[in-house]
Amino acid sequence: MSPSGFRSRASDLLNRDPGLVLAVFGGIYLAYILAGLVFGFSVRGHMNSIANLTFYVAVFGMLALALNLHWGYTGLFNIGVVGFMGIGVYVTAVLAKPPAAQGGAAQVGGFGLPLGIAAIGGVLVAAAVGLVVALPALRLRADYLAIVTIAFSEIIRFTFMSDTFQSFDVPGTVDIAVGGVTLFSYDPAAEMVGFGGGGGLILNYVDPLEAILRTLFLWDPYLGLVDAVSVVIPSNPKPVVDGFVYGLVLLGVVALYYWLLSRTGESPFGRVLKAIREDEDVANSLGKDTSRFKLKSFVLGCALMGFAGILWYAGRGSITPPSFRPNITFYVWIALIIGGAGSNTGSVLGGAVFAALLYEGPRYFKNLVQAAVDIPDGPGSFGQAMAPIGASLDPVPFLVYTLNSIGQLRLVIMGLVLIWLMHNRPEGMLGHRKETAASVDLSRPDRGGPDEDVAAADGGETR
Amino acid sequence: MGVSETYARGRRFFVEQPLALGVALVGLYMAWFLGEGLITGRILFSDIASWAWDGLMRGLIIGLAGIGLSMTYSILNFANFAHGDYITTGAFGGMAASYLLAGLGDADAGSLLLVGSGRSVYGGALGVGIVTSPLAVVAGMFIAGVATVALALLIDRFVYKPIRDESGITLLITSIGVAFALRYLIVFVFGSDVRGTTAAGQQPTASLLFVDGYVRINAHDVTLLVVSAALMLGVHLLLQRTKLGKAMRAMSDNEDLARITGIPTERVVKSTWIIGGGLTGVAGYMFVLWKGTIGFNDGWLLLLLIFAAVILGGIGSIYGAIAGGIVIGMTASLSIVWIPSEFGRAAAFAVMILILLFKPQGIFSGRSTA
Repeated sequence: MSPSGFRSRASDLLNRDPGLVLAVFGGIYLAYILAGLVFGFSVRGHMNSIANLTFYVAVFGMLALALNLHWGYTGLFNIGVVGFMGIGVYVTAVLAKPPAAQGGAAQVGGFGLPLGIAAIGGVLVAAAVGLVVALPALRLRADYLAIVTIAFSEIIRFTFMSDTFQSFDVPGTVDIAVGGVTLFSYDPAAEMVGFGGGGGLILNYVDPLEAILRTLFLWDPYLGLVDAVSVVIPSNPKPVVDGFVYGLVLLGVVALYYWLLSRTGESPFGRVLKAIREDEDVANSLGKDTSRFKLKSFVLGCALMGFAGILWYAGRGSITPPSFRPNITFYVWIALIIGGAGSNTGSVLGGAVFAALLYEGPRYFKNLVQAAVDIPDGPGSFGQAMAPIGASLDPVPFLVYTLNSIGQLRLVIMGLVLIWLMHNRPEGMLGHRKETAASVDLSRPDRGGPDEDVAAADGGETR
Repeated sequence: MGVSETYARGRRFFVEQPLALGVALVGLYMAWFLGEGLITGRILFSDIASWAWDGLMRGLIIGLAGIGLSMTYSILNFANFAHGDYITTGAFGGMAASYLLAGLGDADAGSLLLVGSGRSVYGGALGVGIVTSPLAVVAGMFIAGVATVALALLIDRFVYKPIRDESGITLLITSIGVAFALRYLIVFVFGSDVRGTTAAGQQPTASLLFVDGYVRINAHDVTLLVVSAALMLGVHLLLQRTKLGKAMRAMSDNEDLARITGIPTERVVKSTWIIGGGLTGVAGYMFVLWKGTIGFNDGWLLLLLIFAAVILGGIGSIYGAIAGGIVIGMTASLSIVWIPSEFGRAAAFAVMILILLFKPQGIFSGRSTA
């Protein structure tokens, strides 16, 4: 095959979504594996870092997809993403945790429902709260909606943190009687439930992966797989395999989200959403009840965010309110903007690139350096780090301090990347391929592809 | 107008706006709860006065910082989410200067300039405070303003100016990027621990008798009151009496028209950042001086309340920002009469949402930058 023929075929492949997704994912994983090999990770370390990467690629992919429904399709400027995630996972925890008597003595208990039912409950509550927020807020301008949603997500966090909602006593029996005839009698197993205040909740229920696999009757084959892996990793292989398989399950959920949202976007419902994004007044004048469509879109997105929150946090040992700071909303936004608002494929890619380069990348870099070089104990503060430079031009303490502060510097880098993107490429990777509201092909046959011209007419605001 | 007509009009209003009826009922219940509490002695008059005083102090800080936000919101047409971190910058910059002046000789300059990061020095031990080290406080206030002005101009030059003509949402997203970069740069340099800054115990406190108890007012409360009143008056004079003020008002009304009439818009924008940044920096410094602790999240936590205040007062109106700030501060403080104290902030947000629903243009609606 001639080189030019190969190149055109390669670019053809990259222009189609599956090829593009495979190329980006392949590139990311190859880079991680190669870097790990070069710096001499153990097999265990390798598998752990890959599992971790997969986990974050998947959760950010899901969240970016859900946010794309709000911002990319409908033009709703929601910066309260983390609030809906928090509601999802907290409600799930309260429903699924075993009653206090069976758990620890001092711990707040739960209702002891099966995890699957609890997760459905969490998603439904996240959707319901989304409805409550949306009813007043969707009438507002985009920047006001932003302020209301972020204020809401902070209120949610204060609620989780407050002593008032730390714990409640559940009545022994619930009876509903009319005229002396008992219609309904229920004896809840829970005695004390609540959000646990600042200390958070210990998630002492069955591991989510185990729950999923047992439901699918795959638990015994899975244990067999763990045994097989113990050939490679002799000591305690289960946590490693757990992480790996959970990551794969989450990637499956990303595929589900993608399918659902693509179907939604292509449906008549989705076309109205895009029309609202382009010009709400026009959509309204064509007889569409735009506020109703916005409401539905917002609620669906909130439910998806709640579910992503559950998948992110429900497998942790515990949840605490500080995990639900607005930082996470900021992460999701960067992921969406990297990928390009308005494109589902772009959202998945944005989630993957964000997770690999900006979220996990710096931490991975630190691990690599630690694996390669023996690093001395660093200074505890910026002053101690700078002092040797001033005294004897010794940069080592400063470099060590920088490496140790990579968790904070990561956010600085993300902020700078966001600024750079807004300056140079506000449409992200795939935002130029924004799906149009029309169901017919708008491209002129005598001109090139359908993308550039249409995107230029999208009216600025959604960029 | 007859009684029946008034009644009919009232009824129509509530039928058309069921939400308004709900708000009115909640308001009635709250009034009854407060009145009954005061009569039966469940709530002390002096407690109410103390909370109101605390709310006024908070409100002055919010109002002072809100002026800058309101000005940039109306003149540059975007909600600046980095404004909270300008406040934090002012607080750290000013406190570094105060520490240096108050503690020079007692500790090494590096620890002092880093505001005692890593628990190296303590503001309380250095005697930072308006009575114990007045010079350090005045200098700190000045440096806070100057540092924030410099930062605001620098960020405007490299971040906002290249995309001046983009939509407000593009600028808003960019400002979120600025906010996070700035906040975690502050963490990188100054550390993430919340620490005490002032020798609060050494400042004189007056206990004023009020009906059934005492209201305590300390020297830092008075400093805050004097400084913010002076600055607010200064801004008022600046905007009313100078050509710059008129140019700003013209620009926030219609930028194209302002440019055609020969107003140097970029220079006005620069002046806006200078005035707004300076007030914001001083507000940040006064905030940490008044509450006695400093942390990297202070500005961010204040920002949402400032947004609430600015929206409440009407975007672009500096009197609106001041009045809105005081209302929001009072709401956050006085709400503990009715709800647990950890929801004071939530109550302030609720007030903002109500204003957005019933009067989205704010209480000082439409009067821009004056």
